[in-house]
Amino acid sequence: MKKITTEDLNLYYGSFHALKGIGMAIEERRITAIIGPSGCGKSTLVRIFNRINDLIEEVRITGKVLIDGRNIYEPDYDLVSLRKSVGMVFQRPNPFPLSIYDNVAFGPRIHRMAGEGDLPGLVEESLKAVNLWGDLKDKLKRSALNIPLEQQQRLCIARLIAVRPDVLLMDEPCSALDPVATLKIEELMTELKKRYTIVIVTHNMQQAARISDETGFMLLGELIEFDRTEKIFTAPSDKRTEEYITGRYG
Amino acid sequence: MLRHFDEELSALNQEIIKMGSLVEEAIYRSVESLKQQDKKIANAVIADDEKIDELELRLDEMCLDLIARRQPVAADLRFIDTAMKITTDLERMADLAVDIAERMLEIADQPLLKPLIDIPKLAVIAQNMTKGSIDAFVKRDVEIAKRTLQMENEADKLRNAVQDELVNNYIVKDGSTAPRAIPLLLVSRHLERICDHATNICEDVVYMIKGEVVKHHLWKLEQ
Repeated sequence: MKKITTEDLNLYYGSFHALKGIGMAIEERRITAIIGPSGCGKSTLVRIFNRINDLIEEVRITGKVLIDGRNIYEPDYDLVSLRKSVGMVFQRPNPFPLSIYDNVAFGPRIHRMAGEGDLPGLVEESLKAVNLWGDLKDKLKRSALNIPLEQQQRLCIARLIAVRPDVLLMDEPCSALDPVATLKIEELMTELKKRYTIVIVTHNMQQAARISDETGFMLLGELIEFDRTEKIFTAPSDKRTEEYITGRYG
Repeated sequence: MLRHFDEELSALNQEIIKMGSLVEEAIYRSVESLKQQDKKIANAVIADDEKIDELELRLDEMCLDLIARRQPVAADLRFIDTAMKITTDLERMADLAVDIAERMLEIADQPLLKPLIDIPKLAVIAQNMTKGSIDAFVKRDVEIAKRTLQMENEADKLRNAVQDELVNNYIVKDGSTAPRAIPLLLVSRHLERICDHATNICEDVVYMIKGEVVKHHLWKLEQ
């Protein structure tokens, strides 16, 4: 089933045409990777899915972005519920300068999703979902800033999960991590896709090949090719995709 | 952008071409040994097989090394995948040339059971298919692969004709002809198997070039 669909999507930063006529359909509960050289628009595209780009001045968007069939750019679309259902993980882990417990409880508290009595259960469930409970259950009151980077990134994912999203957007989530930590996050993503739709932006093509079900290749604001990952990495249809993934581009 | 990887792929390509030409020569000489009833040529085919075996091992190593270090994708991956499969086929084709030479040695000291008619025709197809499959790879040419693939039916027919004739006209009628008939029957089988391996190579070459699997789906080539 399609979770996110874009139709003739264009984005302009002032007069700069950053996304050009993007049309794609992202399947539910699968991992979709967006690859492409720096500046091709892949982060911009992903940021559209929870309208973070709205915060940037002079951004103009045309076309449609449908999540569960509804255009998220309709004027009456509830932004708070959008950002709750479409969470984002960034390059560098960005835990709040709070305790581990309060990081995870933050979202449910502000969304009034659970009373204080229910929060411990929700925190435990969220930390378990990212395989952190065993490591952190006795350190919940410690500052989230003092745990290893990889655990911080997992914690950020747990923080999203706590508000029960549908979609997880990940913008280079492993670029600050070493290979072992990267592998752990990738394993986690594969587990998480049973419940969530995941869209990942990555510079690491092997990562896209390892974990994603579908891959989109972007170049200069255009979606050049979007297909099953297996197809993209064995027999891409477009010469530009071929040149990029084989390192002949540039 | 030119990559050092391209030089490594080019070296792999050269080694496959080298192996292909050795195999082509082995098949040609095995057939010649039979036609000319020449034991010297047959023995040379058997002795030279070692070079081809060594080349296969070297090519396997090169492919594994490139996969491990370069993690190839797309056309690079298809090329290395094809290289691994082709070398297996080429090595088997060379073994079949050895088999033909061995069959020749088995009957060399006796007069030929009958003049060879269909076996030389089958040998020409086997050699043409071998050459075609290697050419298709070297020139990255789907059309050559396609033309080569079309020869296989004729090879099957000739093999069947040889078998029918040897079994029905000789072995069934006079069992004492079997020691001279069976080696010829096996030669037809070896030649037809060479054609099968050439077919495999052609199918793999099409995949390498187009990224489309035509193995067991040859109708796709007509589209």
